[in-house]
Amino acid sequence: MRLTCPLCGPRDRREFYYYGSDDYLNRPAEGDGPQAWDAYLHLRDNPAGITHDLWYHDMGCSSWLRVTRNTVTHEIHAVDAVAAPAKGGAK
Amino acid sequence: MAELIAKSALAGHAPLTLAATTLAEAPMTQITAILPFPGGAKAVAAALRPFGLTFPDPNRQSVNGAMRLVWTGREQAFLVGPAAPEMAPGLAATLDGAAAVTDQSDGWAVLTLSGPLARETLARLVPLDLRDTAFAVGAVARSGLNHMQMILTRSDTATYEVMVFRSMARTAWHELAEALQTQAARLDAMS
Amino acid sequence: MRLGGKGQIDRSKPVRFSFDGRIYSGFKGDTLASALLANGIRLVGRSFKYHRPRGVLTAGSEEPNAMVEILESQHQQTPNTRATVQELFDGLRARSQNRFPSLAFDVMGVNDYVSPFLSAGFYYKTFMWPRPFWEKLYEPVIRRAAGLGSLSRKHDEGHYEKAWAFCDLLVIGAGPTGLAAALTAARAGADVILADEDFRMGGRLLADGGEVGGKPAADWVEGVLAELSALPNVRLMPRTSVTGAYDDGTFGALERVSLHRSPAPHLPRECFWRIVAGQTVLAAGALERPLAFPDNDRPGIMMAGAVRAYLNRFGVAAGKRVTLVANNDSARATARQLMAAGVKVAAILDTRPDASAVEECPVYLDATILSTTGRKGLTSITVSHSGGTSRIETDCLAMSGGWNPTVHLTCHLNGRPVWREDIAAFVPAPKAVPRLTPAGACNGTFSTAACLAEGAGAARAALAALGKTAPDIDLPQAEDAPYAITPFWQTPDVSGRQWLDFANDVTTKDVKLSAQENFASVEHMKRYTTQGMAPDQGKNSNVGALAVLADATGRGIPQTGTTTFRPPYTPVSIAAMGAGGRGAGFAPQRYMTSDQASRDRGAPMIEAGLWYRPGYFPKPGETTWRESCDREVMMVRASVGVADVSTLGKIDIQGKDAARFLDLVYTNTFSTLPTGRVRYGLMLREDGHVLDDGTTARLGENHYLMTTTTAAAGLVMRHLDFVHQAFCADWDVRFISVTETWAQFAIAGPKARELLATLGDMPDLPFMGVAPVTLGGVAARLFRISFSGEQGYELAVPTRYGEALFRDLLARAETMGGGPYGMEALNVLRIEKGFITHAEIHGRTTAFDIGLEKMVSAKKDCIGKAAAARPGMVGAEREQLVGLKPVTDAALSAGAHLFTPGEQVKRETDQGYVTSVGYSPVLKSWLGLGFLKNGRARIGERIRLVDHLRGIDLLCEVCDPVFHDKEGVKLRG
Repeated sequence: MRLTCPLCGPRDRREFYYYGSDDYLNRPAEGDGPQAWDAYLHLRDNPAGITHDLWYHDMGCSSWLRVTRNTVTHEIHAVDAVAAPAKGGAK
Repeated sequence: MAELIAKSALAGHAPLTLAATTLAEAPMTQITAILPFPGGAKAVAAALRPFGLTFPDPNRQSVNGAMRLVWTGREQAFLVGPAAPEMAPGLAATLDGAAAVTDQSDGWAVLTLSGPLARETLARLVPLDLRDTAFAVGAVARSGLNHMQMILTRSDTATYEVMVFRSMARTAWHELAEALQTQAARLDAMS
Repeated sequence: MRLGGKGQIDRSKPVRFSFDGRIYSGFKGDTLASALLANGIRLVGRSFKYHRPRGVLTAGSEEPNAMVEILESQHQQTPNTRATVQELFDGLRARSQNRFPSLAFDVMGVNDYVSPFLSAGFYYKTFMWPRPFWEKLYEPVIRRAAGLGSLSRKHDEGHYEKAWAFCDLLVIGAGPTGLAAALTAARAGADVILADEDFRMGGRLLADGGEVGGKPAADWVEGVLAELSALPNVRLMPRTSVTGAYDDGTFGALERVSLHRSPAPHLPRECFWRIVAGQTVLAAGALERPLAFPDNDRPGIMMAGAVRAYLNRFGVAAGKRVTLVANNDSARATARQLMAAGVKVAAILDTRPDASAVEECPVYLDATILSTTGRKGLTSITVSHSGGTSRIETDCLAMSGGWNPTVHLTCHLNGRPVWREDIAAFVPAPKAVPRLTPAGACNGTFSTAACLAEGAGAARAALAALGKTAPDIDLPQAEDAPYAITPFWQTPDVSGRQWLDFANDVTTKDVKLSAQENFASVEHMKRYTTQGMAPDQGKNSNVGALAVLADATGRGIPQTGTTTFRPPYTPVSIAAMGAGGRGAGFAPQRYMTSDQASRDRGAPMIEAGLWYRPGYFPKPGETTWRESCDREVMMVRASVGVADVSTLGKIDIQGKDAARFLDLVYTNTFSTLPTGRVRYGLMLREDGHVLDDGTTARLGENHYLMTTTTAAAGLVMRHLDFVHQAFCADWDVRFISVTETWAQFAIAGPKARELLATLGDMPDLPFMGVAPVTLGGVAARLFRISFSGEQGYELAVPTRYGEALFRDLLARAETMGGGPYGMEALNVLRIEKGFITHAEIHGRTTAFDIGLEKMVSAKKDCIGKAAAARPGMVGAEREQLVGLKPVTDAALSAGAHLFTPGEQVKRETDQGYVTSVGYSPVLKSWLGLGFLKNGRARIGERIRLVDHLRGIDLLCEVCDPVFHDKEGVKLRG
């Protein structure tokens, strides 16, 4: 499996650390109830098909990435930086 | 207090040359990390201009003589050059507020691998496409050297610079040396 | 028998080798199989189950019979090497396997005579009863009899290699298709890797004879290879089997680097390649399939294509009187070539009633073989045909049941091959592997001319997909005969066993029995009969077996389908896949600057994550680690100790929002920390459990230095990156690891300040203070922090000065009655103080559990705060950190569980567990830390500690976790 890091380019999957669903990006607001936190932490879909998950370019540039891929065909549709404006340069 | 003696990461490792390819530890040099803050680009560019350097794009470096500004990750570059004690503090002052600056000189072991077997030696340990089309002279990559994090620079056609965390220098040396020995043995077996 | 003048062996280079202890000779360019055949050896192995005598069947990696052990050294003994793949070299030693005491006389051959009782499912049915017999009797006996070949039972000391390769176009297979594809792409300037499992490239062009472009096919191959090897953009990889297709153009391949020669230093035996290709042309060819007839497994019965290969490539006649049997036209060419070479052809048997009968030898049509004779080598066959029944004296029977395209790699990403009626074979499903195009024989295209054209076309299409154009190349004239086949799967209405899987001894009857017992799905049949489960993975037999199954169940072949082909295509040694991973290569070794100085003092090193840290520093006369450890603890408590603590993670954090960021990731507040001060911080995971702890110093208004535990340094960095990039990427904060840039030493004990004073002018730091200092002209940092409970400092210098400073500090400490202390003492010191490590914050404990819930600030949000307040995360039912002290003098054990005295010891009554233990020479008692249900309310009670593993069962007093200097007087003094 290979992922195209938006900064580093195409890399072998062993450079990356897998975290989990991109649900982790939608942190509940302070004061939200236990149900919101439970959903945020633990409730996950398990799709046969398109899924969005988080990967960390551990051996590379240290970017957190949101990967859109198909669990059935193994196609990688998109790899985006979690912090959208982040670029390697000081833009 | 007696004078403290400085020691490089691989002090005592003599260069290893096999089949005209040499593995060696590079002399210690000043390494300064520059991490621009949001909106700091202009000020960083202005601070770098007197040194003839620009902040590099990913997988690239900006070079002026012996000074290099090497891209080393997201929002991060290393200023690498001969020990110029007056330079880093000066830069730090002009960069104040525009970028976070830290001294990284002691954190890294720098190895060079140079010669006809250099690329094939790296191909044993590095999961990167090292062909000219993907990794030309001057290219930089942050990747892995087997299990270790690494900053790889192609300094010349057949010369590469490998930076690993200083504490892992001996493992990096061992693995590169073994891979080089293997390539030399393969070459020998073909003749 | 070697024939004069034929073949591509080097007759100027004779080679001596041994087989079962006897010396033979062959030539460079031979395989072990061709050399054995040249020496007239037909019996080379015994089958797996019935120990039937078996000979060479094929000339390729699919060989099911001729598997031998290669003896290299005392440590290196490689079983199940296919003699058809093993190149001959001077001094090669091979041994037949699966026989005892010898190949010719094998006692287990008795299995063959009781075979009526050993049908498919025999083991499942027979060894069911009585039940206790399985473990004690049946399994050991079966295990001893089972298995193929033997190992040296020693470490594999061989050198193996792993490597990466990248290319625009990967061409798998160097027969006519692959050569045409490689040549087309190479001339267009693309980066090409051409991989072939054989040591000589050319595929069937080397084996089949004939002409290409008006010259012998082998000469045309030489010309193409010469051109390719001269091009800088081409990498030729002979002896390299592409074994697996993986995602995104990645392939696994095994290169046999030096198995064809005597060993040399540093030369690897094998190399496991990961090849990443933009596009791939699969030109893997096809495998000929055997015919099923009674006793079709005798030595001397071979594939017709193999007989041609031995004749044309190796100059070896597989027999003196050869008979051919086929359901297609290929037998005719084989017969003509043999006759032209002067080999006697006894007859051609064509299973088809309507084929031509005109040849230079007898031809029998509508032929079915009724029986064969010759236990250790074929002597005759009896055949019924359109003209009656004949007995034919023959020592070699060359059979061809047609060709199976080598579709395996196209199935590795779940592709299911498609049945083609016209060639009676499976071909790859379209687009089965993204960016891979099957071409030539593996795609069901069989004539040489069509293969050349399809290979070139596939390369052009592949390059077009990469945005490159490849001009047409001139394709040479070549054989272009149509492929005519009439399927023949088994011989009907005859008695005797018709073998399908030669290696695993599966017969047509076994397959029928499987269907009859309702193991009718092809996957069930495979497992019931073991069909296709031998080292050849059914390459020779699968299609035949499922045809028999289709017949038995009344379904067609396409409906029956195939079993699933998975990687690897051919066996890959584990040693190659794990190359470099043994010993020092297992994981990086991280060394502190004090490493040599500690070893100089005889300190045994212990692993802490990837780091090597000294366990203790033995003094003359000390015979156990405990003596050294006790002394070092007393030394720190009484005078001064020095320890290298550089392994702790250090993260430099800067920016106007640095304080705000720390307030978000820590439970407590750092924005209020004055410059020049240090604070202990607790970090939670978002689910409310403790992630890590450590001290963070404020070096300036917008500048902090965080420390993490050794174990969690990488984890914390990843966590900080996540929080930053996911939730506050626009904040004015930047951080970078400086773990490796500072060497840091703890100086602890009542004389710590006295030692520091000898170093020069040192600031008078308050407890939890930090200041820049200068040491011999070097900029350093001094912290007043303590992990020992004593007056403590940590002194940090740039790493290059670490060794010098460590040696200097030890010398100073020793003049004051102090010295170095290691991990063992460090552990005891912190247990005495109730300080936690990852033994306590192991991922399932909360701030509440470790008694630090007050550190979760009520005034601000932080990562993990909401989840830590969820029901069940706080309260009396939680297991809480307590100290433990044995009631009577005894050793405690970490990992032991706690029970209420008087209650039964079982899972349901479990009250908690012990996480850390150590012997306190100060308190003259073992001490422990652990977690106990409602523990804080139970201080003073007695609890029973049980460790079944170590046989420990004793009573402890539940204590406050801080045993030493509860008020922290020494710490602050």
